[in-house]
Amino acid sequence: MLILILRRLGSMVLIMLVVSIILFAIFETDKLSVAGKVLGPYSSLEQREIWLEKNGYNQSFWTRYMIWAGNAMRGDFGQSLQLKVPVSEVLWPRLANTGLLALCLFAIMIPMSLCMGVLAGMKEGSFQDRAITVFSVLTTSIPEFASATLLTAVFVFGLGWLPGTSSMTGGFNFTELILPVLVLLLYDFGYITRMTRASMAEVMNSQYIRTAVLKGLPYQRVIMRHALRNALIAPFTVIVLQLNWLLSGVIVVEVFFAYKGFGKLLLDAALFGDIFVIEACTLVAVFVAVASQFISDIGYTYLNPRIRFS
Amino acid sequence: MNTTAASTIERPSALSRFFAGLGLLRESPIGMFGAALVLFWLVMSIIAPILPLHDPLAALMPFQKIGAVSPDGLTFWLGTDDKGRDILSRVIWGSQRVLIWASLATVVAYFFGMLMGVAAGYLGGWWDEVISFIGNVLLSFPVMILYILIVSYLGASGINIVIAVTFASAPGIMRIVRGLILDLRTRDYVAAAQTRGEPALRIMLVELLPNARGPLIVDACLRLGYTVVAIATLGFLGLGLPPPDPDWGLMIKEAVPLGSFAGHMMVIPALALSSLILGFNLLADGLREISLRD
Repeated sequence: MLILILRRLGSMVLIMLVVSIILFAIFETDKLSVAGKVLGPYSSLEQREIWLEKNGYNQSFWTRYMIWAGNAMRGDFGQSLQLKVPVSEVLWPRLANTGLLALCLFAIMIPMSLCMGVLAGMKEGSFQDRAITVFSVLTTSIPEFASATLLTAVFVFGLGWLPGTSSMTGGFNFTELILPVLVLLLYDFGYITRMTRASMAEVMNSQYIRTAVLKGLPYQRVIMRHALRNALIAPFTVIVLQLNWLLSGVIVVEVFFAYKGFGKLLLDAALFGDIFVIEACTLVAVFVAVASQFISDIGYTYLNPRIRFS
Repeated sequence: MNTTAASTIERPSALSRFFAGLGLLRESPIGMFGAALVLFWLVMSIIAPILPLHDPLAALMPFQKIGAVSPDGLTFWLGTDDKGRDILSRVIWGSQRVLIWASLATVVAYFFGMLMGVAAGYLGGWWDEVISFIGNVLLSFPVMILYILIVSYLGASGINIVIAVTFASAPGIMRIVRGLILDLRTRDYVAAAQTRGEPALRIMLVELLPNARGPLIVDACLRLGYTVVAIATLGFLGLGLPPPDPDWGLMIKEAVPLGSFAGHMMVIPALALSSLILGFNLLADGLREISLRD
């Protein structure tokens, strides 16, 4: 177990290292273009040279990378070109906003999709199984910004029940969270539901469940005490890995609803060419993705007694 | 697929095998429905030039409702947008555009993904280590972030979208192909080919790859759907195929601020996109169901 953790940790660090080198190489190999981005398109060559000299850009690539990576690890990502403040000042609040969105989403999605998955997998091929499966395929097939469009058309422009933007300009407003969470929920819950269903169906076909049923245990007890424990191992992995998908989906949803979160920050930075914000956001996103992969691997191993005790 | 090889048993032609495969799909109603949706958009995009449509770029009359008729007798079946362009025409031409670029991107991604996967799976050793590591690095990026990084760095154009899709999809394809090849390489016909002294490249491309096609067709179908979503999403984010040619994502982006009084402008492209993606997903589901059955 310890060896596994160390090996996973090692590959996680290696991937972060490679990703950071790639990012740095893409955005900061060309020193003059960095200076041009910082000082603006009308700066003269001399000004750029002076800026490069003053900010230590005239050292070798690897020296610069080491300094940059060291700063990044301490949370110092430089100055945002677009917002004119240190990147860390915008990054963490934005990340917290996205975290709030994710928290609301998971709080609803996990119980809902697990329940639906268990209900569908309990009796394979039954009506409730068919209905749940078709519904989850349907909602997962609609891309986030298309479902956001359709929901906005109905609830904002049609019925006028909900606000169409979630920029929270008038302070925190719970109703502004409803549509973003709903859009993400519709898109993401289907996958976990289908995974839970598959896992549950597999468990229900296993020998020990048949034994439990044949020995005369009440059906409810078979499900609750025997089947669920094993059936929920696989969905756990999927739920944690869902974080990676969420980071993709959240960009679209935040942009659509003008929610001041991490994804909108990244897109604005990408459109503006705000390289330091792009670097910071990408590093954070990849870190979240790699860390969730790590947690899901270790968690799966820990939860599965067949691996844990062997 | 090696149709020219001499064999004692007459092999049915590629075309008849294709239709036999389609016939199998009849067993899955969901798959049929998906195929019908995909086929609908495919046919629409192919016959777009001969359909009696208005010019998708021509400014006719702004903000016409669905089914409106202009004084000089033009009918706008799905209304017009804020610049007076016919939405029906833009949706159909948009389907052609998104399907062309999505197919091209998927084919290119498959080319590199299969090459990497076959090499990693068959050659093993260092090849496998290095290729798998590259794949892991690329897969550690959330997909949309990878798209945004590549397209914003290279600039928004069709070719750059193809490059971005290749970077994002090839590692996933590589993993699937690698897994399949690891299984297939232990088969007797591979050992026979090795004994015959066939070069590794020929074994990889002629012996192994065609036999891995089953699961790959299902995956390609899903991936084509994802790619359509990716292209539309990039269009929506302002990083897609350049205007003014019709693009579903861009149509939605432009329509959302006007949604309060011209709702059809945003709903129609959203429905078109959803139906096409639904088609791909259901078709993939149906194909998987059939392939698992036998």
